[in-house]
Amino acid sequence: MSLNIIVCAKQVMDPETPLSAFHVDEAAKRVLPAQGIPPVVNGFCENAVEAALKIKEAAGDATITIISLGNNFVMDVMKKPLSMGADQMILIQDPAAENLDALGTATVLSKAIEKIGTVDIVICGQQASDWDNAHVPLGISEMLGMACLSEARSIDLGDGTVTVASSRSDGYDVFEAPLPCLITVSNEIGEPRYPTLRGIMQASRKSPETWTLNDLDLSESDVSPVLTLSELFIPASNRQCEIIEGEDDADSGRLLALKLREEKII
Amino acid sequence: MSEIIIFAEIDGDGLHSTAGELISAGKKLAADTGNVVSAALIGGNQDLASQLISLGADKVYLANDDAIQKGVADAYLAALHKICINAEPTVVITSKTPIGRAVGPRLAYRLGSGIAQDCMDVSVDGDSGRVTATRPVYGGNAMAKFTFADKDPQVVIMRLKAFEALEPDSSRSGEVIEFELSLDDSDIKSKLVETVKEESEGVRLEDAAVIVGMGRGLGGPAPFSQLEELAKIFNGAVGASRAVCDAGWLDHSYQIGLTGKTVTPDVYITVGISGASQHMAGCSSSKNIVAINKDGDANIFKEASFGVVGDWEKVLPAFTETARELLES
Ligand SMILES: Cc1cc2nc3c(=O)[nH]c(=O)nc-3n(C[C@H](O)[C@H](O)[C@H](O)COP(=O)(O)OP(=O)(O)OC[C@H]3O[C@@H](n4cnc5c(N)ncnc54)[C@H](O)[C@@H]3O)c2cc1C
Ligand SMILES: Cc1cc2nc3c(=O)[nH]c(=O)nc-3n(C[C@H](O)[C@H](O)[C@H](O)COP(=O)(O)OP(=O)(O)OC[C@H]3O[C@@H](n4cnc5c(N)ncnc54)[C@H](O)[C@@H]3O)c2cc1C
Repeated sequence: MSLNIIVCAKQVMDPETPLSAFHVDEAAKRVLPAQGIPPVVNGFCENAVEAALKIKEAAGDATITIISLGNNFVMDVMKKPLSMGADQMILIQDPAAENLDALGTATVLSKAIEKIGTVDIVICGQQASDWDNAHVPLGISEMLGMACLSEARSIDLGDGTVTVASSRSDGYDVFEAPLPCLITVSNEIGEPRYPTLRGIMQASRKSPETWTLNDLDLSESDVSPVLTLSELFIPASNRQCEIIEGEDDADSGRLLALKLREEKII
Repeated sequence: MSEIIIFAEIDGDGLHSTAGELISAGKKLAADTGNVVSAALIGGNQDLASQLISLGADKVYLANDDAIQKGVADAYLAALHKICINAEPTVVITSKTPIGRAVGPRLAYRLGSGIAQDCMDVSVDGDSGRVTATRPVYGGNAMAKFTFADKDPQVVIMRLKAFEALEPDSSRSGEVIEFELSLDDSDIKSKLVETVKEESEGVRLEDAAVIVGMGRGLGGPAPFSQLEELAKIFNGAVGASRAVCDAGWLDHSYQIGLTGKTVTPDVYITVGISGASQHMAGCSSSKNIVAINKDGDANIFKEASFGVVGDWEKVLPAFTETARELLES
């Protein structure tokens, strides 16, 4: 039996963008794109692609479909999951999707998954590194009535079931759920593989399908926000660092300890 | 009267430390809205219910069902959903614990309402009377305020330790309502198969008053023993950045940050950590941050109150030795 796996992957600003290049337009409530730094596929989403590829390898026969919702996709960036080995990709692009909240985002993604048809496993990143909501996938599972296992550090496919381990502060829990199931993955699932030359060549010959809200029978009113962004700003740091300088590094270390003692910190 | 419901979690035989924090968050909103603060205690008992009242809850829904399995979100979600259908709260608050951060959002999606994740603060918007939540976005590089539209319940997931619990006061009074759940099998899709403990020795990171943080700047796993030596002087613990855990130098239970643990020690001594916003998200509420880093422009110096710009291999041994002498004298 061939498995249908869907991976939701999001294009985000590079989280390694230096603070000096990170700017906010407070009036427009927008983070400005960093000059000269291309966006990336969200890190946890790359982990999700890796998890899907591992499942495919174990199962033998599976189709991996990547879906992404956004505007201003950079094709070279978004093709990475295909270069890694995913089979196909659907990009949902619509100006009406510019100001969605998480409920709206989950609504669009779950409609897209329904449109794709039979699905056994949906894999998402645990969190997007821009808006850090870490719950759009939980919304998808609710809307599709699927079992939901979050923050997986390992995934094992059984016969019609899936077993997932999730880290806890003092160890890990192992859960089991029936398919179809939605799983979010943490970085502990494993480093995303590097695309091979062959993978890159194959991806270059694939062109992603593009859908709009209309293709999903959704109108703007179906995705009107229940949470509105009212302010966006860069927080001011109020700490002043006192740099301790000795004659050499070892002396600085010694003086630092003395200073902390003097300040009754240690 | 409208209610604010907080999801009170249980830890072992007692209340989870977040239960009191959430009541305090609820009371802050209640002061402006006149709502009562109720606690949903799922899988608890009368004694825990009384403790919630002494922490400030006006009402406790005590709900039990055989289907509730510790650690499994599905049953808590189904229970909280039933309580909400019945009580029609305007606000639901859960904590960003593994269960709370699964249950809160799923409840909101089930009810078609809004969610504010990882909140540092909540208040009531003067114009609309709706909740405004303050939360970091972009890994903490920016802060955002979100205001809920008209749909209830407004679901807020609080960052751990964002609020302080009240001192328990047994003279506080409140009502305990035994809530009939009768959960259905179809409510619970997943089951917990096994819980594996990976005991690390010594003080728990979350409880340590002094933490020594290990960063990628240490170049490999070997220096861990030197950091541990320093931590031991203060009866503290060693934590790490994600770079260190991803490299496999330490396992992920050491990770501090946005996707690791949130710690609030008296002193956090970072060694070879650059101070990325995602790391600081887990430790910025430390009373004092101390930095040892060879790069004077590193972001950590914007967060630290004391620091040395230098090579840790030279700075750390002298620091440790002096600290030991000072503490022994
Ligand atoms: C211009 C702009 C205006 C905004 N205004 C608001 C607002 O008014 N109110 C508000 O609440 N939010 C607003 N947002 C934030 C936006 O709603 C979030 O980006 C969205 O809800 C998804 O949340 P997240 O990115 O934090 O995803 P998370 O929940 O953190 O994502 C987890 C996982 O879900 C999947 N996923 C999430 N999003 C996508 C996607 N687009 N495509 C594919 N997979 C995905 C991925 O697997 C990802 O790893 C705004 C964003 C922008 C850019
Ligand atoms: C969605 C997301 C979530 C994340 N969550 C987390 C998280 O929970 N926790 C976390 O920590 N990170 C997290 N990160 C990663 C984070 O962005 C940083 O990459 C990470 O914190 C860097 O770790 P570091 O400071 O140890 O390493 P680096 O940034 O590489 O810094 C090493 C530092 O060591 C210094 N150094 C080098 N040699 C020496 C020497 N000889 N002596 C003294 N100093 C020296 C350097 O000057 C440098 O400042 C997350 C990232 C994303 C995108």
